[in-house]
Parts: sequence; C-alpha cells; structure tokens
Amino acid sequence: MSDTTDSGPMLAADGTPLKRSLARALRRQKIRALMLVAPLLLFVILTFIMPIASMLMRSVDNEMVGEILPQTVVEIQNWDANSGELPDEAVYAAFAADLVQAVKNKEHTKLGSRLNYEQTGLSSMFRQSGRKVKNWDPVTDGPFKEKLIKAHKGWGEIETWAAIKTHSSKYTSGYFLNAIDMQKTPQGIAAQPEDKQILITLFIRTLKMSLIITGCCILLAYPVAWILANLPARSANLLMILVLLPFWTSLLVRTSAWKVMLQQQGVINEVLVWLGIVADDNRLEIINNQFGTIVAMTHILLPFMILPMYSVMQTIQPTYLRAAKSLGATNWTAFWRVYFPQSIPGIGAGSILVFILAIGYYITPEIVGGTDGVFISNRIAYHISKSLNWGLAAALGAILLAVVLVLYWAYDKIVGIDNVKLG
Amino acid sequence: MAKDTAGNAFVKFDRVQKSYDGETLVVKDLNLEMPKGEFLTMLGPSGSGKTTCLMMLAGFETATHGDILLDGVSINNIPPHKRGIGMVFQNYALFPHMTIAENLAFPLEVRKIGKSDREQKVKHALEMVEMGAFGGRRPAQLSGGQQQRVALARALVFEPELVLMDEPLGALDKQLREKMQFEITDLAHRLGITVVYVTHDQTEALTMSDRVAVFNDGRIQQLAPPDQLYEQPENSFVAQFIGENNTMEGVVKEIKNGVAVVQLDGGELIDCTPVNVSKPGERTRVSIRPERVEYNKARLQEGAHTLKATVREFIYMGDIFRTRLSVAGNDDFIIKTRNAPDQDRLQPGQEIEIGWLTADCRALDA
Repeated sequence: MSDTTDSGPMLAADGTPLKRSLARALRRQKIRALMLVAPLLLFVILTFIMPIASMLMRSVDNEMVGEILPQTVVEIQNWDANSGELPDEAVYAAFAADLVQAVKNKEHTKLGSRLNYEQTGLSSMFRQSGRKVKNWDPVTDGPFKEKLIKAHKGWGEIETWAAIKTHSSKYTSGYFLNAIDMQKTPQGIAAQPEDKQILITLFIRTLKMSLIITGCCILLAYPVAWILANLPARSANLLMILVLLPFWTSLLVRTSAWKVMLQQQGVINEVLVWLGIVADDNRLEIINNQFGTIVAMTHILLPFMILPMYSVMQTIQPTYLRAAKSLGATNWTAFWRVYFPQSIPGIGAGSILVFILAIGYYITPEIVGGTDGVFISNRIAYHISKSLNWGLAAALGAILLAVVLVLYWAYDKIVGIDNVKLG
Repeated sequence: MAKDTAGNAFVKFDRVQKSYDGETLVVKDLNLEMPKGEFLTMLGPSGSGKTTCLMMLAGFETATHGDILLDGVSINNIPPHKRGIGMVFQNYALFPHMTIAENLAFPLEVRKIGKSDREQKVKHALEMVEMGAFGGRRPAQLSGGQQQRVALARALVFEPELVLMDEPLGALDKQLREKMQFEITDLAHRLGITVVYVTHDQTEALTMSDRVAVFNDGRIQQLAPPDQLYEQPENSFVAQFIGENNTMEGVVKEIKNGVAVVQLDGGELIDCTPVNVSKPGERTRVSIRPERVEYNKARLQEGAHTLKATVREFIYMGDIFRTRLSVAGNDDFIIKTRNAPDQDRLQPGQEIEIGWLTADCRALDA
C-alpha cells in the first residue's frame, strides 16, 4: 500500500486513479442493465409517454385556423371586434382568397366544424359558402364584402368575425375553458350558457362516486383480507382463488351480469316482488343510475383492494395481538390500537389503486350508469368518437390526469407514499 | 426456593390435558405446583408440549381437560387480558408503530392509569432495564439485545405477579444471551415475581432456574432443582437430554445394599445405583457422566468393578480434554478431564482401566 502515503487521490495497482478505475469496472454492468430495460423503456415511450404528450399538446393546439386562413388571420388583427362595425374590405378579400384555396384543398368543412365548437352555425356556413365561392377568382372578382354577405348572410354578422379573430392564435386556452364550462369570447372569458354547463358537474360526480366506491371497497375488503391473512395456507389459497375469479372473467360479461341482476325485470326485483317486499307496480330502480354504477364498480374493483390489504396483513404477526391482550387490552383495543395501525399501508395502497382506477372508468358507467351515473370518461369518449372535438377531449383528459397527480401528491403529504405496500 | 408447595400453590396445573385435533394429546395429564416467587423453567425438545402449557397459562389456548389455578382461583374461563400475567415473546412483539415509551405505556393506558403516574412508571421501568435514554425511539431502531430489554420492561411495567417468558433469548448471540440470563434472574429475584420460563436450551435452564421441569411427549419427565436434575436424572430421557452422557445397556444381576450389579451386553460386570430397576433379570440402561469417569486407580473405591478401555481419540478443548474410548463394545464412550498441570494426556491406542463411584452410575429404564 505505497500509495496511501502520498496526499494525492487513491491509485489502483496499475497507477490509474481509483475512481476512474472503479467507474470503468462498473460501466459494463450499467450498460448491461440499460440493455435489459431498453425494450420495455422503448415500449413505454412509444405507447405511453408519447400519446400522453401528444394529447396534452392537442388540448392547447390551435394551428388549424392559422393554417387554413393564413391571410385572414393577419388582416383581421387590424380590426377591433368591439368597434361595432364589420371588418373592412381588406379582411373580406383576404378571407375570400383563403376560402377559395381552402375549398380547392377540401379543407373548409374541417375548419367549419372546428369553429362550430365555438359558435354554432359556422359549420353549415362554411359548407354552403364553399359551394358558392368555388369558381371565384380572388384576384379579379373583388370587391368581396358584399359578394360574401350575399353568399351567406352570416358573413355580415360581427359575431362570425369575432369568433374567427378570437380563435386565430396558434395556441388556445379555449379547450381548457370549455372543459370547465367557460368559454372564450371577444369580450374575454365568460361562463358557458347555462344549458351547456355539464362538465363541472360531471367532474364533481366522478370524484364523489369514486370516493364512495373506494369507501365501499375498504369496508367490504378489510374483513375478507383479514380472514385470508389469518386462515391456514390451504384454505386461504382456496379463498384467494374465489377473490381472483372475477379477474378471469371478462369485464364486459361481469358488467352485463349486473344488468341482468339489477334491472326492473331482473333477478333482485323479481325476488323482492315474489317475497312481497316490493309491490309489482313499484319495482326498485337500481340500475341506469348512480346506485347501479356504484354497486357494479365496487364489485369489479374489489380485488384491487383485497390484494394489497392481504399482502400487508400477512406480514403482521399474530403475536402482536397476543402481546396486546397479555398486556391487558380487550379484543377491540388490541385490534384498534395494535393491528389496525399496522394495516393502514395496505388500506392506503388499495385506496390509491381503486380510486385512480375508478376515476377513469368507462365501460361500467357506460353500460349500467344511465344518464346520471356516467363519469367524465364517458364524456371524453363522446368527444373523441361522436362530436370529434378532440381538443376538448384532450383538455378533459389533461385535467383528469392533473387531478390524479394532485391527489397522489396530497396522499403523499398526508399518509406518506413510503407507507404504501403492494406486497 | 421454599418447598412448601402443598396447599397454597400460586400456580397450579391440575390434571391438564390438551389436544388440538381431538385425536392426539399434546399435553398428557400435567400436574404442576409452583410457590410464589419461584423461577421455574419448562425445558424440552420442540413439540414436547412446553409452549402449549405456557399458552394455556397465558390464556391463548384453552385446556381440553383439567384446571389451571392462579392463586387458588381457576382461570380456565378468564380471558387473557383479565389474567394480569406479564408475557415476553420469542420475537419480542414490540409494536412497531409505537415508540418505546408508548409501548411501555400501552398496558398502563388500557388499565386507565393517569398520565403523570403512567409517565413515572414507564420511566422507572426503562431505567430498571438500563434503557432510560431510549424512550423516544422506535423498536426498529434498537438492537436485538435492547429490544429484549424493552420487551422485559413492558412485561413488568404493570407490576404483574406472574411473568411468562417464551424463549426470550433465542434470537441473541451467545455472549449477550449469557449477560441477559443473569440480568433476568437478578431482576426476577429482586422484584420477587414468579416466572415461568420456556426454553430448549439446557444451559439456560440450569443456570437460571430454581426448578426445571423437563418435558417430553406431553409429560413432565422430571421436576427438580438444576443440580439434582443433572446429577440424579430419574429416567434415561432426562439423563440423555440434560448434559452429555455415556450409556451402556445390560441386565441387572443382583441388588444389594442399594447397589445394583449390572452385566453389560458384552459380559462385563459394573456397579450402579438402582433408580428405575427393582429386581434381578430386568433390562436396564446405565448412565454415567463423562466427567465422573475415573482412570486413575488410586482414586477409585476399593473392590470397585473396572472396565478395560482403549483410547481412540484425544481432543484438546482448552479448559478440558475430551477423550473418546472404546469400552465394552461402545466406540463412543467419552470422558472429560480438567486441563490441570498434573493431568496426563492420553494417547490414541493406549490401554487403560476405567471406573467410577457407584453413586455416579445410575441404572435407569431400558
């Protein structure tokens, strides 16, 4: 150990600094570790990170107006939407040129439906005007102001131009405002008309029902997990298979089964009528409403609560309860003061799992939820597949993601994420 | 300890039986009486029923038959939390989500003892086991020995008269175990508590106890103070289980004046003390401790029977010498001699003659 005598850095046997030598020795290990995770990493980036990023982008992206009406968005900046007058000829000329080009490219209907989200009627305006302006020559056929108003009287209304101006910027907060029942108007941000306010209600309902479902799962799962953890291994395994059985059955089948059980001519109502508890003409409405959604989703998400609870309870030794009793605690005190606190990590893990799954659930509320039992995710699906307002769907999704992250953060602050054990 | 176990026993097992499956008895007809203040150890191999007995006393198992009495009252139908018995568990069972002080305060809280009184008792109990500075820590932050002390303090803090300990030192290393053995007995005698201690470590049982109950096959094989247990085992199980032992089998030739002459299966004759044999012709297993075998003829009784032996192996163990001999067809006959300045070291192959005092050689059940 000659090198320990000098004051310089530690040297390896061949004279290189020990740190560099160690780094080189570890590099191979690190590369191998990276190679092992690379396939999954790539998969996650392609199928998870990128779609989420593109969805987040879509929720603020507004390039369509600027791309299809490039000259109009430049000219319209000189017009004051609150002046009470229509834009001047320059704007109309620019718009006519853009529109003719758009019709040639068959893009005007796309733009029409985009602007229709903001102001109803614009979609048909674009479609009808498109047919008429098809053969105009933007250079020789001017002036366009009156021609356009003649083609469709909507072009003579200030609101039309105000809507185009408001949404001419490259990025917009419009989708997010819409997502919380607000809208962007030329006069600034305002509430949506009352008949269009639905999303906030849906968000609150989604959170409230997810909480109720999580609560029901805790109440039902705790005793089961306790039994599982305290039974001899053989019977515990049998019971475990029963708990896992739902996992091996299609989600759709299980949900449909609830439909059979709960509908007015269903098993439960028939039995109650037969027993005389419920009158035949007054059958219980227990499906296609919130109750149905809560029952079906509690059933479907229950295993996600039982499993983490079980794995935590398994680690709690029975001697703790014995010790508590030998120290003079009654059965209840021993459970509440000694067993329950140690099982909290399991409750926490199960609750996070169930709540996050519940908040984004789609199929079950769609099938058994009726109108007042649907979740925000059903609305997102509607905007993606029916109204094709992907921007709004993306904004709703982004808000949902943010809510989950905030709740996760709050949970970490209150309970501590280290306290969560999945096994 | 006082032997006045008759009449006013503090702990009493009266014809207790226990079965888990209704087919076999784990504890068969257990009778045991303990006076107040005694330190009694239940010793035995695993599965001998000793832990079951402890659990019945604590109330975690119910006796299938018979009575368990505490201070003259049957406690069969009293739930564990009302028995007021302190208990130290094998893995300590300190509550991991509470601090040390909270662990100790727990039995006082459930007894509804006031806060100031509680704090004082906790402090006192912690000081008693020299853990005064650790009240704010969590069990996971303590070493095994420290957890052991805390578990002891927790079992004592509510001042029970009877404390049960279920292999409390099993998880500690040898040195710490020996230190704790001393501390536990010292504390028990200082506080005057009655202790039932379960272990499978015979050294622990011998060094700590007033009396030892040796369990096997659901029965107490012998209940006696340590010295008596070691020197005068009542049957071959106890002789085998406690300490090292040489055994030889044979048939009783005659019994006269408290001395039995036994003819070994090889034909040799030896003198023994009859314990479990009563008449000539009976088969017997003769037991002799390795340190009581003598090969220096001058120290033997006149006229005593001796046996020829061949030295097979000499093992130097520091404080003692351990020599393996071939005696009467038995190649595993061990003798132990003290490493004294005048002690000669036997050589393998050497022929010697061995003998012993009649009192040290016991003719037990076959």
